[in-house]
Amino acid sequence: MKRLIAILLVAVLGLFIYSNLYTEGNGKLFPKFGEVNLSERVSEKYVKKSVNGNESEVVFNETNNAESGSANMVTSIVVNYRSFDTLGEVTVLFVSALGVGLLLRGNSRMKFKTKPNFILRAGVRIIAGIILITGIYIFIHGHLTPGGGFPGGSMIASAVLLFYISDDEFKTKVKAFKFLEGTAGSLYLIFGLLGLTMGGYFLYNFLPTGIVGNLFSAGIVPIVYIFVGLKVGSELSNLISDFLSEEGK
Amino acid sequence: MQTIEIIVGITLLVFAFLAIESKKIINSIIYLSILSMLSVVSFVFMKAPDVAITEAVIGSGLVTAVFIFTLFSIKKAGDKE
Repeated sequence: MKRLIAILLVAVLGLFIYSNLYTEGNGKLFPKFGEVNLSERVSEKYVKKSVNGNESEVVFNETNNAESGSANMVTSIVVNYRSFDTLGEVTVLFVSALGVGLLLRGNSRMKFKTKPNFILRAGVRIIAGIILITGIYIFIHGHLTPGGGFPGGSMIASAVLLFYISDDEFKTKVKAFKFLEGTAGSLYLIFGLLGLTMGGYFLYNFLPTGIVGNLFSAGIVPIVYIFVGLKVGSELSNLISDFLSEEGK
Repeated sequence: MQTIEIIVGITLLVFAFLAIESKKIINSIIYLSILSMLSVVSFVFMKAPDVAITEAVIGSGLVTAVFIFTLFSIKKAGDKE
């Protein structure tokens, strides 16, 4: 009986969500995809990159010196217009990693009951490099393609996780990771302070933004994303190594 | 396309229910992992690739691993006493 009520509750909730998501336009909460009137929304300002009132069309690969040069709108909002929020998110992640480190930090590494076999070890050696390169690609190209610092950094951490699973003796060089994490985090802040001195705002985009769609465009956005990626990657790797350690006997 | 979206949505609900209701914690974690993998598909249908990448890496990869490691540590601590 209890389960029946639970199933009914889940079904009603799901029906409610999906009926709101997939209704035909006119006046409902979520209009059908692609049929929204963009000029009524805030996002038009971000698509045209014209928060300050410069109302020209933005063309991929042609427009020079747009207000925020990143082709990916999400990155443009997250790291250019609302970069201070990202700083807060990085801080939240840092505090949680610090808490895990303080509570769970042990001396010796936890051993699994079954030994990892040859196929797992060899497969991980092949695939971990590809995962690392994909992670680095994702955070370097964060202003052009979907992705960015957080997904790229966590991909790097997942490569480290694979090493941990496949090799019983594997232990990260914790000191190097701590150094990387601290340096990347402080460089993010230093870029913010540089913007404060040059443009008058904290995290102001003071570098030239170039042509929309090039690798070297969008000013400080790719630089900040590289720092965020390195910081998140080393932080999550440390978190995994903390989870896999136990108190020495 | 619409039917596939609805099928994915219903499967999401089924796995969410299984994750809550399963007796073993390890099964619950696996169902949660499947849930986030299916929600990646759902996010791609909603044209949100940024969220989909993040969900694929964090939701189904790292969080599952962290949950399983926590379960291992709890079991080890229980064995000692």
